[in-house]
Amino acid sequence: MSSTEEETLMILPKKKFKILNLFWIILFVVGLVVSTKVTKTSLGALFANFSQFADIFLQMLHPNWSYLGAVIPLILETIKMAILGTVIGSILAFVYSLLIARNIVKNKAVTGILRVIMNIIRTVPDLLLGAIFVAIVGIGPVAGILALAICTFGIVVKLFYEAIETIDPGPIEALTAVGANKLQIIVFAVLPQVMTYFISYCLYAFEINVRASTVLGYIGAGGIGLYLQETLQVFDYPKTGTIIIAIILVVVLIDYVSSKSREALMK
Amino acid sequence: MADSAVKPVIELKNVKKVYGKDVVGLKDINLTINKGEFVVIVGLSGAGKSTLLRSINRLIDITEGDILINGESITKAKGKELRMLRRNIGMIFQSFNLVKRSSVLRNVLTGRVGYYPTWKSTLNLFTKEDKQRAYDALQQVDLADKVYTRADELSGGQQQRVAIARVLTQDPDIILADEPTASLDPQTSRRVMQDLKMLNEKHGMTVVINLHSVELAQEFGKRVIGVRAGEIIYDGKMSETPKETFDQIYSGGDQDE
Repeated sequence: MSSTEEETLMILPKKKFKILNLFWIILFVVGLVVSTKVTKTSLGALFANFSQFADIFLQMLHPNWSYLGAVIPLILETIKMAILGTVIGSILAFVYSLLIARNIVKNKAVTGILRVIMNIIRTVPDLLLGAIFVAIVGIGPVAGILALAICTFGIVVKLFYEAIETIDPGPIEALTAVGANKLQIIVFAVLPQVMTYFISYCLYAFEINVRASTVLGYIGAGGIGLYLQETLQVFDYPKTGTIIIAIILVVVLIDYVSSKSREALMK
Repeated sequence: MADSAVKPVIELKNVKKVYGKDVVGLKDINLTINKGEFVVIVGLSGAGKSTLLRSINRLIDITEGDILINGESITKAKGKELRMLRRNIGMIFQSFNLVKRSSVLRNVLTGRVGYYPTWKSTLNLFTKEDKQRAYDALQQVDLADKVYTRADELSGGQQQRVAIARVLTQDPDIILADEPTASLDPQTSRRVMQDLKMLNEKHGMTVVINLHSVELAQEFGKRVIGVRAGEIIYDGKMSETPKETFDQIYSGGDQDE
């Protein structure tokens, strides 16, 4: 090696500038500008109507406490919907995840097709699901529960099958060698490794469901959303304020309990 | 080893294994192992020891040839038949392969799973007898005080001994051990080898072990099989095997040492 070569190696070489990166940056900026133009987004509108917003907000800050008596039963119904939806969806997700985990079902055609179906289900937003079920089973909490069940399924199935695929394959091998059949392998080698994850994902889905179920009533799928819509329609903001405060309290409380339990679980 | 009185328990006939299209794992292996033998397979990593061992209980499917366990073809066995044959072959792994979140007892009991119908084992309905059997096995490997400990709280050597207790509970005729000491320190390794020797001498199980360490092979093995590049290049009694043979087995290896 010559001395000049050695010298050049002593200095940190400059990172090569990539022209392609510049291209991407320009593309994104142009894309942003064009899309604001096309959708006629204007921040000005938000500020122009700010006084109106402040007015509503002030009214909400003086909640109508006497309304609480009417709110509580519906809040309870909302929570019940969330629980039922979570349980139904989680059970479905549990079975389905085992069928699409490639370390359990070796047939790529089966897992492939089931995964496409899963992805289609996952793309449908909860409010649309609610609307569909209201059309099928009619107005009421049943529609909400079914919508939440499908949502839960979408969340839990994805997280859970990925957890299954990352387990230690050793115990599966050991159980195979012992002469166990597929179900026994699942019960003895797979589930002990993933059950805590499953419970944790169910709690996570429950947190999301409590929040989602509060709006489902808006489209007639049961729960507190119904009152939210009614009071907003007649501009009775003190009542709306009561509902929102109640919702926030419940959501915060459930989030807290749920995340603490998940932490304890993972220890 | 052609003693007419002894019965062959493992027979490999023209066994060939090809990975993918052209990576040869095993080339035309013929091997007979008799009841009660303590066989040590030595060779460089990548020589095909693991493939050889795992093809015996069909954790790896072979490409050509046939493997007989007590005269029955495991190569052709399907479903329940295959599981019955496997039930009779215990296995010890380099990485122990315990369920870390489960208790020691439950891990040992999994050795019996092959004897139960699905619903019974799923509901954890092991008989009192089998629980006692599992506990006895733990006593034999000196881990009786750890019955209800979670497996991941044990040291590596203890975990391997739990695996041995699992095999003992399974009560097979054959034991395959794939590098059982590779992740253990020398003293623990010796302890594990002694336990395997106990399974061979006290319980009459046929033991086949893949080993890296020449010293352990010489100390414990009764029959040596040398494997290189997917072929058996040596097969003989340990007492008649000179040191040079080991050098030969481990030489010419551009594999990875």
